[in-house]
Amino acid sequence: MTTTVATQGGIGTNAQRPDGALKARGEFAYSSDLWHEDMVWGVTLRSPHPYARITSIDITEALRVPGVQAVLTHEDVPGTNIYGLEHPDQPVLAEDVVRYQGEPVALVAADHPETARRAMKRIEVAYEVLPPVVNTEDAAHGRAEPLHPNGNVVRHVKVRHGPQDVRADVVVTGEYEVGMQDQAFLGPESGLAVPADDGSVDLYIATQWLHADQRQIAVALGLPPEKVRLTLSGVGGAFGGREDLSMQVHACMLALRTGKPVKMVYNREESFYGHVHRHPARMYYEHGATRNGKIVYVKARIYLDGGAYASSTGAVVANAATLGVGPYDVPSVTVDCWGVYTNNPPCGAMRGFGAVQAAFAYESQMDRLADAVGLDPVEVRIRNAMSEGAVMPTGQVVDSPAPVVELLTLVRDKPLPAKGNDLTDMPGGVSNTTHGEGVVRGVGYGVSIKNVGFSDSFDDYSTVRVRLSVIGGQAVASVHTAAVEVGQGLVTVLQQITRTELGVDVVTIEPMDTSIGDAGSTSASRQTYVTGGALRAACAAVRAALFERIGHTDLPLDHDKIVEVLGTDVIDEVVEWRHRPTYRLDPETGQGNAHVQYAFAAHRAVVDVDVELGLVKVVELVCAQDVGKAINPEAVLGQIQGGTAQGLGLAVMEEIQLADGKIRNPSFTDYLIPTVLDMPPMVIDVLERPDPHAPYGLRGVGEPPTISSTPAIVAAIRAATGMALTRVPVRPEHITETS
Amino acid sequence: MRVNITVNGEARQVDDVWPGESLLYVLRERLGLPGSKNACEQGECGSCTVYMDGTPVCACLVAAGQAEGREVRTVEGLASGDTLDRVQQAFVDAGAVQCGFCTPGLVVAAHDLLTRTPQPSDPEIREALAGNLCRCTGYEKILDAVRMAARS
Ligand code: FES
Ligand code: FES
Repeated sequence: MTTTVATQGGIGTNAQRPDGALKARGEFAYSSDLWHEDMVWGVTLRSPHPYARITSIDITEALRVPGVQAVLTHEDVPGTNIYGLEHPDQPVLAEDVVRYQGEPVALVAADHPETARRAMKRIEVAYEVLPPVVNTEDAAHGRAEPLHPNGNVVRHVKVRHGPQDVRADVVVTGEYEVGMQDQAFLGPESGLAVPADDGSVDLYIATQWLHADQRQIAVALGLPPEKVRLTLSGVGGAFGGREDLSMQVHACMLALRTGKPVKMVYNREESFYGHVHRHPARMYYEHGATRNGKIVYVKARIYLDGGAYASSTGAVVANAATLGVGPYDVPSVTVDCWGVYTNNPPCGAMRGFGAVQAAFAYESQMDRLADAVGLDPVEVRIRNAMSEGAVMPTGQVVDSPAPVVELLTLVRDKPLPAKGNDLTDMPGGVSNTTHGEGVVRGVGYGVSIKNVGFSDSFDDYSTVRVRLSVIGGQAVASVHTAAVEVGQGLVTVLQQITRTELGVDVVTIEPMDTSIGDAGSTSASRQTYVTGGALRAACAAVRAALFERIGHTDLPLDHDKIVEVLGTDVIDEVVEWRHRPTYRLDPETGQGNAHVQYAFAAHRAVVDVDVELGLVKVVELVCAQDVGKAINPEAVLGQIQGGTAQGLGLAVMEEIQLADGKIRNPSFTDYLIPTVLDMPPMVIDVLERPDPHAPYGLRGVGEPPTISSTPAIVAAIRAATGMALTRVPVRPEHITETS
Repeated sequence: MRVNITVNGEARQVDDVWPGESLLYVLRERLGLPGSKNACEQGECGSCTVYMDGTPVCACLVAAGQAEGREVRTVEGLASGDTLDRVQQAFVDAGAVQCGFCTPGLVVAAHDLLTRTPQPSDPEIREALAGNLCRCTGYEKILDAVRMAARS
């Protein structure tokens, strides 16, 4: 292969984001900032009940409110009133039944958002309230009323690996629980739908996957996909919460009905009802080991609450099951994982996707095992750590580096932080709750494994177009893809790859939209890998076209050469690129090469706990992660820091609290996410052990640090307090034992 | 109702304002200044932080009528032409911007901190930014940005 001349801002450099200055100036257009001449506002009426039959809907009074442009119910859904990411089971607007609190029932468009809200309150919906199904295990085992035609089990994955029913000298068991976490992206669900004269519609939207949205919207609107055009608007974070539809179909319906552009923006409370959450989990684990701490077997039953509709529950179940024993060599595995329907809020994708829940359980078990055999928690992990060539519980051989031992050693060997004596270093901080009395310190560890990309035989690909031309004597490459930038820095990575591959400095990123082929979802830590791979291939096609003009291929390609060869021509290449195929899990044994790539991270947490008040101060977090190749080292650090913070949130504060299917805390007053006072300084090691199967050897980065930080922090609290703490988030009353 | 506000040095008159509208709504939807963000509209996230008569406030908690006759400075009023304010520049240089939805509010809050305390200690920075949520960055690079801006 001919190499290109190294240029500024290529891969491996800390190139700056192209949108950074606009964002810092407040001039970057997010989906909630859009404005259109003649625009009206849409709002959504939602069910107040987790489970109820609708006996009537009366919109007469709402229509009478001056300024109201349209009031729509399920009768107005132009196409099929059912959608879903993996499995269509969710109505666009409820018909005769609502299955969760917050389910959309009707829509209003008006000239002012307040007018729309007032009219919405005049819609009369008569409900016959039903007792909600909220117990996950009852739902899994046929002990609850079926909420959907095929019963309440969305998916049950069984993993059977090695000899079953083996015995061991040392046995540790545990029951663990993970509360419902929210993505809590800061930019609320929002978008602008603009109708066209031919009955088609343009939607400007914040999403994670333009084409999956387009497919679902088109079916609901009864339009061919080409009549539903999507353009990405500025996205204020996602973390999985934008993988499912929220207001997309609703805004399009209102726009097509009123003939006017319609803007919808959720407020924070509505956002809590408007997107899926992380599956709460209940997990039963049994580890058998030798007296030396070598694992002999793991048996686990994992129950994931999918809530009212399937969303991506099936894939989350597969992840929790196949990654359910962690990054360890385990000769005998028996895992059963269920994802079920209940009348709780729907759950789907969130950063870590099934691996988070299992990791809390298996890492808690590793600490119990360490205790039982009298080993240090790091030592017991190292004795069982997998490495390249290991066989997963699915039978899949890990065929690229798996430096689990090295990651653990790195975090263990960092010097420990000194005890602080300033008030701001104490649990409770400037609230002045302690000057050190009753404060104990603990250290804990966690290590995680995560699959990268879509698994289980999914046709996972991306499409990229690269155009190379000369503008004003300067070679310019433009990159067009539907791969979505949500804040993670894909736009920077695309520029870096293009600069490296083509040797041009100026790379423009075209608006991301559906006028080009599918790029897959911005999730599963996959875009740098898959769209990055597609872009590298598209650049190779552009280079080949250039070489064809030159007539030979041994020249280094640099800017001046490109300008000379290209003249007024444009080279334009579109490439569709796939990673290597994955295979379906065997339904009886869970065997199969289901995953593309594995990624690993380890954390050490140091905490101070005020045992009298139950307050926790995370003093320091150390992380080591293997990223294969850091395309942008600073952006990698940003992912590790941000991901770790979300894991800290799950460990000590974040939970959507439910009572009989109702959300008790749908606000940032009551759903707490970490502030700058909660997040401690971090010490980070980034390893680059290339994966020979991946573009540039890279590994997906975004998810692993979210997974291992939670168990590390809880382990540290346990070490400080000696308490069992089997549920996250750990709340003060768990530590003071007052609840 | 009619509201008169000086925004980023310019006298603006806004008509047909509903009594329930917030300053944030007026800025974003009536004055074409959507830089101040709407992450919670409950006074909990700081994404809507603006200066009012020189003091940082959450624009979502200020009723439009309360802004009558006041001077408001938003994130859009910090840069001079193409030159970013040093705080904005530091956010870009430090990699403190990911999705950027928190950035306008944090930039205003940090700008205010450095005006009051030119060389803040780390605890002072943390205390000053404690009312601004960021979901993407884990705050490390935001702290770097403020330290960097203090040095510049
Ligand atoms: S939008 Fe004003 S504080 Fe959150
Ligand atoms: S950068 Fe996304 S919320 Fe701060």
